[in-house]
Amino acid sequence: MGLTITEKILAAHAGKDKVIPGETIWVDVDVLMTHDVCGPGTISIFKEQFGEKAKVFDPEKVVIIPDHYIFTSDKHANRNIDILREFVSEQNLPYYYDVGTENYKGVCHLALAQEGHNRPGEVLFGTDSHTCTSGAFGMFSTGIGNTDAAFILGTGKLWVKVPESMQFKFTGQFPDYIMAKDIILQVIGDIGVDGATYRTMEWTGDAIMNFSMEERMTLCNMAIEGGGKNAVIEADEVTLEYVKKRTNKPYNVYHSDQDANYFFKKTYDASTMEPVVAKPHSPDNKALVRECSDVKIDRSYIGSCTGGKYTDFLAAANLLDGKKVAVNTFIVPATTEVFKDLESKTLNGKTLLSIFKDAGCEIGDASCAACLGGPKDTFGRTHGTEVVVSTTNRNFPGRMGSKQSEVYLASPYTAAASALTGRITDPREILN
Amino acid sequence: MEQIIAGKAYVLGDDIDTDQIIPAEHLVYSLSDPEEKKNYGKFALSGVPKNDAGLPEGNQLFVREGKFESEYTVIIGGKNFGCGSSREHAPACLKIAGIQAVVAQSYARIFYRNSVDGGFFIPFESSDKLLKNINTGDDLTINVSTGTLTNNSSTKTLKLQPLGEVAEIVKAGNIFEYARKAGMI
Repeated sequence: MGLTITEKILAAHAGKDKVIPGETIWVDVDVLMTHDVCGPGTISIFKEQFGEKAKVFDPEKVVIIPDHYIFTSDKHANRNIDILREFVSEQNLPYYYDVGTENYKGVCHLALAQEGHNRPGEVLFGTDSHTCTSGAFGMFSTGIGNTDAAFILGTGKLWVKVPESMQFKFTGQFPDYIMAKDIILQVIGDIGVDGATYRTMEWTGDAIMNFSMEERMTLCNMAIEGGGKNAVIEADEVTLEYVKKRTNKPYNVYHSDQDANYFFKKTYDASTMEPVVAKPHSPDNKALVRECSDVKIDRSYIGSCTGGKYTDFLAAANLLDGKKVAVNTFIVPATTEVFKDLESKTLNGKTLLSIFKDAGCEIGDASCAACLGGPKDTFGRTHGTEVVVSTTNRNFPGRMGSKQSEVYLASPYTAAASALTGRITDPREILN
Repeated sequence: MEQIIAGKAYVLGDDIDTDQIIPAEHLVYSLSDPEEKKNYGKFALSGVPKNDAGLPEGNQLFVREGKFESEYTVIIGGKNFGCGSSREHAPACLKIAGIQAVVAQSYARIFYRNSVDGGFFIPFESSDKLLKNINTGDDLTINVSTGTLTNNSSTKTLKLQPLGEVAEIVKAGNIFEYARKAGMI
């Protein structure tokens, strides 16, 4: 019996020839990532357990990316950044992307990719559930809590229960109005919010491999919304091209064997996909966008690790160019690199930033911003009964701030089309 | 580890996510400062919509106004308890509020790990349909060694699932104590 990519990576990091789903193993960790929300708690547990003067297992393997509560006057949030700074300086950590400096990046999952910390075949843990995003690079990555992160800081190891793999294959060609966000919302709607619990979501098929790295990251990003332990897409030339521009560290490329064992396999015909939303208040509350065309919205929000990358904004700009938005529309680039792209990259002779400004959008600085609500003064946060169409990843009650607001998760195309009409709108209505 | 856990039940439905357990705006408090961390008890389960708070009736506060601890000791959940973010503040806030055990039909992976590795409380699973007959306020007793839960309000006893691969970590107290016993650290 052959092995899946995930099984091969885990076996290699446990010093074994093979692993079996359900088996508990200890793996060596290549990268531990933490941020401002979970970093301080992780650091305090690390010191409590390993001593005030303890040193991290390997400074080269620790990456700290403040991104959640950055542009706020909340004194506790700002104090938390100071705790990160102090730890970085005390431990002499080379990969820290400090707030208020040239080095600041923004949302950790995209920053990991852009700064060369995502490498095929590696094992990466992060104190954020959307750490599964990095699986787009053919690596094992998953979210953990402060205690597990503190354990890794001290030992470089963590226990893992080897997940069974589920294979989602898309063949043929996606229509040009379909984005990766539509695909992940479709699949979560099909399997439910716990349909992949304790399992790997492996994406394959020619339609998937035709996606850019950014679109692949969107697919893997929301595996956690299906309960998935990790997501993975095998590394190919597109991956290696992206990685080689950003790091010269060595890595290994793994492929699933033909005779690997899967818990589940499903093949979709890519050409039949339609734009999809997740209605309030669950990511698996799937509906076709065209079925929701009578839902009036108060706000459109385009941002986050899921929907705030360059290709997400390029799609939105395509629809917004030369038009005016009908509702408050928030544009929040995930990282400073994406912000620079908005300033420098053009469509029809105009920068994306000027297209958004001319359309009447409000532009925020790179961070997680209102994706998870956050402190009261967070950019784009809901405070009342707003109905929002959003490119983010979760629409649980209160997720974007107010428990009374309603969030529809959608692709950047759908969010932009809806911004123009003031109701949930299938992008085909505008594109045609 | 306590062998007998006794107290009142607080009942919740399916898919209770970490934003409901502890809304993200409160994640700024220190988890190590004894005074500051009390806020996690105060805001525990404050994101649960009113109608779903304390089933079957709803509209029952988990922590009363102005308090930092709950009058409830055991949470009864449905399926996929603790889904969403990896924030360890979620199991931590329940513990700070005084919760000693959660019994649910199933858990989201990260919440389950965090509860066990952090040693906050025991996340029991049960597929027993009697779980659905427990009401908020019922007086419960969990016997950890026999793996049973008795509802003293109805005098019915249901079976809890064995802890499986995490049993040794639960027994040790947390992942660090487990690793020390195993000679890893």
